[in-house]
Amino acid sequence: MALPLSVSFGPARRARPRGDRVFSGATRAAGLVVVLGLAGVAVFLTVQGIPALSAPGSALGGHASFAAYVWPLVFGTVLASVLALGMATPLALGTALVISHYAPRRVAAMLGYVVDLLAAIPSVVYGLWGIGFLSGRLVPAYAWLSTHVGWLPFFAGPVSATGRTILTAAIVLSLMVLPIITAISREVFAQAPRLHQEAALALGATRWEAIRMAVLPYARSGVVSAVMLGLGRALGETMAVAMVLSASGVVTFDLVGTTNPSTIAANIALNFPEATGLGVNALVASGLVLFVLTFVVNLAARAIVARSMRKEQG
Amino acid sequence: MNATSTLVLPALAAALGLALIGCGAANETPANADPTHGGSALSGTLDGAGSSAQQAAQAAWQAHFQSAHPGVTVNYDPVGSGAGVDQFLSGGVAFAGSDKYLTADQLTASKKTCHGATAFDVPDYVSPIAIAYHLDGVDHLKLSPKTAAGIFAGTITKWNDPAIQADNPGARLPSSRITPVHRSDDSGTTNNFTDYLHQTAPSVWTDPAAETWPYKSGEAAQGTSGVVAAIKSGNGTIGYADRSQVGALSVASVKVGSRYVAPSPTGAAKALADSSTTAGRPAGDLAIQVNRTTTSPGAYPILLVSYLIACPSYPDSATGTLVKTYLGYVVSGAGQQAAAQTAGSAPLPGTLASKAASKVQSIGAGH
Repeated sequence: MALPLSVSFGPARRARPRGDRVFSGATRAAGLVVVLGLAGVAVFLTVQGIPALSAPGSALGGHASFAAYVWPLVFGTVLASVLALGMATPLALGTALVISHYAPRRVAAMLGYVVDLLAAIPSVVYGLWGIGFLSGRLVPAYAWLSTHVGWLPFFAGPVSATGRTILTAAIVLSLMVLPIITAISREVFAQAPRLHQEAALALGATRWEAIRMAVLPYARSGVVSAVMLGLGRALGETMAVAMVLSASGVVTFDLVGTTNPSTIAANIALNFPEATGLGVNALVASGLVLFVLTFVVNLAARAIVARSMRKEQG
Repeated sequence: MNATSTLVLPALAAALGLALIGCGAANETPANADPTHGGSALSGTLDGAGSSAQQAAQAAWQAHFQSAHPGVTVNYDPVGSGAGVDQFLSGGVAFAGSDKYLTADQLTASKKTCHGATAFDVPDYVSPIAIAYHLDGVDHLKLSPKTAAGIFAGTITKWNDPAIQADNPGARLPSSRITPVHRSDDSGTTNNFTDYLHQTAPSVWTDPAAETWPYKSGEAAQGTSGVVAAIKSGNGTIGYADRSQVGALSVASVKVGSRYVAPSPTGAAKALADSSTTAGRPAGDLAIQVNRTTTSPGAYPILLVSYLIACPSYPDSATGTLVKTYLGYVVSGAGQQAAAQTAGSAPLPGTLASKAASKVQSIGAGH
């Protein structure tokens, strides 16, 4: 019994074949390139961004300090991303479940293909669609929300006449992150152990109960990873937001008004072409803030997943 | 295992280093033409960069010039006025296009690029800026400067405001809300438009001219096309954009003196003819102080003047000759007509055109 095992894992590793060494070297190199690339970006952002911390107001769009300059941008970035994920996650999980568990195989394959196709559309096309088609058609809906639930600060108005609000930007963003979350969730759901599900069904559980008991708990960490990847895309999306959003750099929770907070990435794209001197440093420094923000969010998500998995096992 | 990692690391470092060097070098394309083609034979490559407002006109000039001089390649990179002037001052390009004339600091800095002499500005592209709007049932709109400033500053918020009604007696104006649209990116168009508002209605528009929109009110859109799209997609929207780009949108007439004038290239040329050149500039420099408060009949004072920036002489005779010939064509009657047809710009008015032509003709080559 122990005989074949000792070949690969035993102490006799002197005679490692050549292919093995080449392969391990190549994978190491691949891992190293990723880390080096990331470190390079971080170093560039830090070195170029530091001068902005002591920049005068004229380079910061009239703001007194860099913190005052970047805070509305951070607010806008987080608000747009949270809204986008709030809309995309339930939709994506539902779609993924339909593909993996409910739809007949041929329909499921088609649906999966169509959702994947969403990921292949360039963001500038989403931007054109948002500005030319979606925003104008959302105006009546926003006006309705403002008249009927205007007591909520989110729909206080006055309503934008063009519909180019942060809610529209978030809807466009949610469509862009949908394929990412769907594709990963679908794979994770499909890998949930069949035996458990069949056992649940045999014990008299309904389809939904079987999925709730035997699929969702198993898939939880994978789904969180999927949502995090989607969040990364939403936080960093530039072109579509820059085109769709009417950004004024204000801090407001009003989702349907004319003046909206801008996002970090869109702000860089809009102002870089005419920026000079310290203005460029300020933009790079805001990029560093986005970099750190994405990092922190990812770490927090990993920590949550790790804790919930420990709880389950312990 | 150790052997692989010691091999991989330096290789990677070298690769990254090479990549970085590659990036640095690629940005510095030499501007001067091939010296072997010097003398009177017109051939070689001429590089310019700058204002994106000039892009359409430059493309037309390039095409016409290159078909007249088949040996010449003219490149114009519409990177933006700021970046174009930076490239010119660092010697990256032979001439620049800019929506703003050189500042005193930039004139001083140009002595290094131009070997002791200061660079000069000549106007080459004049374009009227239209106030375009979209309001169902209202096809004609007249605006006095104070009303326009009030609308864009956000103090006039309804279409049937008494101020707008007073400018448009007899017009049926709805009570709907006004959505003013402005550029979300920094631009020369914004600079000229806010200059007009500030000079003609200083009591309402208190901020000086700026490339960045000074207020947080109103709707922001990216680029000229973004502003036009935003005006189109809403009802009750009003914004400003290059007249040639507003398409089928309704356009407001503005009050000049006691009359209302619609934007047109001829109107812009008239306002320009009524303007003076800025004082205290080097000899021959044609930096224009646009007379926004002109009252001459038919003049339309909301216009953008874009400049060519070049050195008075070039040590390399091939480059000097190319710059002189190309810039000479651009400010000539034929060049201005070509731009008017392609980009909807206003041809330079007579006196200004001849001043610009004589300044360009004085460019020295090879000394």
